[in-house]
Amino acid sequence: MQGFGDAFAAAFALIVGFDADLVEIVALSLRVTLSAVFIACLIGFPLGAALAVGRFPLRGMLTILVNALMGLPPVVVGLGVYLMLSRAGPLGVLNLLYTPTAMIIAQAILVTPIVAALTRQIVADLDTEYHETLRSMGAGRGARMATLLWDGRFALMTAALAGLGRALAEVGAVMIVGGNIDHVTRVMTTAIALETSKGELATALGLGIVLMVLSIALNALLMGAKATSERMAHA
Amino acid sequence: MLRLVQNTPPPVALRLDDVGLCRGGRMVLDGLSLDVPAQGITAIMGPNGAGKSLSLRIMAGLIAPEAGTCTHDLSGKQDIALVFQKPVLLRRTVRANLAHALAIYGVPRAKRKARIADLLDFGRLGAIADSPARALSGGEQQRVAMVRALAAKPKLLLLDEPTASLDPQATDAIETLIRDTAAAGAAIVLVTHDRGQATRLADHIRFMHRGQLVEAAPAAQFMLAQKSPEAQAYLSGHLLL
Ligand SMILES: Nc1ncnc2c1ncn2[C@@H]1O[C@H](COP(=O)(O)OP(=O)(O)OP(=O)(O)O)[C@@H](O)[C@H]1O
Ligand SMILES: [Mg+2]
Repeated sequence: MQGFGDAFAAAFALIVGFDADLVEIVALSLRVTLSAVFIACLIGFPLGAALAVGRFPLRGMLTILVNALMGLPPVVVGLGVYLMLSRAGPLGVLNLLYTPTAMIIAQAILVTPIVAALTRQIVADLDTEYHETLRSMGAGRGARMATLLWDGRFALMTAALAGLGRALAEVGAVMIVGGNIDHVTRVMTTAIALETSKGELATALGLGIVLMVLSIALNALLMGAKATSERMAHA
Repeated sequence: MLRLVQNTPPPVALRLDDVGLCRGGRMVLDGLSLDVPAQGITAIMGPNGAGKSLSLRIMAGLIAPEAGTCTHDLSGKQDIALVFQKPVLLRRTVRANLAHALAIYGVPRAKRKARIADLLDFGRLGAIADSPARALSGGEQQRVAMVRALAAKPKLLLLDEPTASLDPQATDAIETLIRDTAAAGAAIVLVTHDRGQATRLADHIRFMHRGQLVEAAPAAQFMLAQKSPEAQAYLSGHLLL
């Protein structure tokens, strides 16, 4: 067991020296989470908008479901995706278990309800303001949805960033479906868990610092997007 | 307007017949019957809460009357345009607001740029074309909303107190827009509290009180002498309850 001081010094040395392993882990983390959030937005934005302004059967049920799924425990999602992708599972032939793709799938499932639920709220709020105006212009439902999504773009960015925050910090799902395999599926959170348990505090701390900085930067972005969104409203 | 054939009734753009509407537990429109002539500018006057804005919403098809009917033969989606008392502009520039409206009105992309230039010119909005619309002053926003409605080339234009918050110059600009639009053949309904404005613009007056039509008359005649005590009290500035 090293002293804390030594561990911090070694951690900074790893970061400043762009340690190859550390960089690889950070890069994979970003690749996985950004891909997952991108997919979640592709599904969550239109889904949320449809829940906000659409009129179709089971809309109420679906809204409740999406909201409930926001709090999905990552390990449960991991388990579900594991069962789907495991050799005996229905998607076993794809051989995706323990690959970054599996991690992206799991995180996308985790993040999509968050993006969709926040999008629904954002679009619904904007719709109460725009509804009559757009209707008086003769806009159809599709045009209305597109208008609301575009005019809510900065608020929607906060939804995406909230999803990103969740994905970046998450460990349970990526651990189960990724397996934390060195150079293949090792990401920041799983690496921190492993290195800490091995007593390799320098690596764990180095990654922890990077993760902290990323999450602080993310929150700064989030606040910026929020402020911009409010400035755009001017009302 | 001089009519040679006295007995044929003038053509009507839209007609409300015995319209009733309940809001907040009371009848806010109650047996409202009102016609909008196809020619010229019709001013709807009446005290606060008379039901003028709700009537316009019914005319625009935004709310269905709970009793009675609203009839017209304007079948196109964009034949009727409404400028709200408090217009809502999109979170975009003035130019982008107009582009958005033209897209919704089905104007082909290739023609939009020229149309936008025309509209900006028409509304004298050139100087603020690239400002974010919601940062504009109330009067400027009103003008953008007006021009946005005109972009639809409506056959019936409904204006809810379009100059209520405007300075004299901007009021003059809007009144010119209204006159030009009427001259181009659109029927116009103008809700206004401004007696001077009604005198300057209106061909017909419809006076409402407590959700009903109290008086309908040609404007010149109405301004000289009102038949109903409600209209007399309103125009002479007495508090009308
Ligand atoms: N959603 C609602 N709930 C309760 N009351 C309502 C609602 N909408 C309108 N009203 C009432 O209906 C009446 C008519 O409203 P309307 O907005 O048409 O008046 P108006 O003639 O346009 O008045 P103003 O000159 O002040 O604009 C008012 O008394 C108003 O309080
Ligand atoms: Mg009103």
